[in-house]
Amino acid sequence: MTVTILDRAFDPWHHLAEYQNQGTQRAGQIGATAVFIGTMRDFNQDESVQGMLLEHYPGMTEGYLEKISDEAARRWDLLDSLIVHRVGELRPGEPIVLVAVWSAHRKAAFEASRFLMEELKSKAPFWKKEQLQEGARWVERNTPG
Amino acid sequence: MRIQVRFFAALRERVGISERVISVPENTSIAQVWSLLVEEEVMSNNVLAAKNMEYVHLATLVAEGDEIAFFPPVTGGER
Repeated sequence: MTVTILDRAFDPWHHLAEYQNQGTQRAGQIGATAVFIGTMRDFNQDESVQGMLLEHYPGMTEGYLEKISDEAARRWDLLDSLIVHRVGELRPGEPIVLVAVWSAHRKAAFEASRFLMEELKSKAPFWKKEQLQEGARWVERNTPG
Repeated sequence: MRIQVRFFAALRERVGISERVISVPENTSIAQVWSLLVEEEVMSNNVLAAKNMEYVHLATLVAEGDEIAFFPPVTGGER
């Protein structure tokens, strides 16, 4: 179970490959790997977005993400989980979040990865400030599903 | 007793405080901490609070050395 906050651009596929190559996972036990990657869009609420500042609460962010990772491990039979989240200045097209869950069977991996994303979205202390063509604005609510 | 108070994101910009150490009497609640620092504004339902990096209710009492944080609703991952 790993939680990482990054203040620079990252390649989620490369990050995932490196994580799996660390050799900490028992390859023969894994039957399912669910991977979710969230990427920055260049539009929101009908406006073009040039960039975004992603602020967070250092310490509380990591603590909260570890808490929901523990909760997922209690609720499902998981072999491992990984959350990587960007903060700082982002450009459209850049990955924001990577969630990966490993389990013996697909049901646990699918459900736990969805759980982690929804919990992260609704309660992890991140705030977005969008750079528009004219000025900047704080995002006040998440987009609906 | 002394506590540290932090504000984040849009709330920090509106209140004009990032971090501040203040002295408060015994049995001070989170809501009273807000009133001490943000006199001109009633705390709205939209403000979230944390004590030592855990979400708490506004009636929670603070203790010596606590880190209290106020922030707007989070906008982490898009759905």
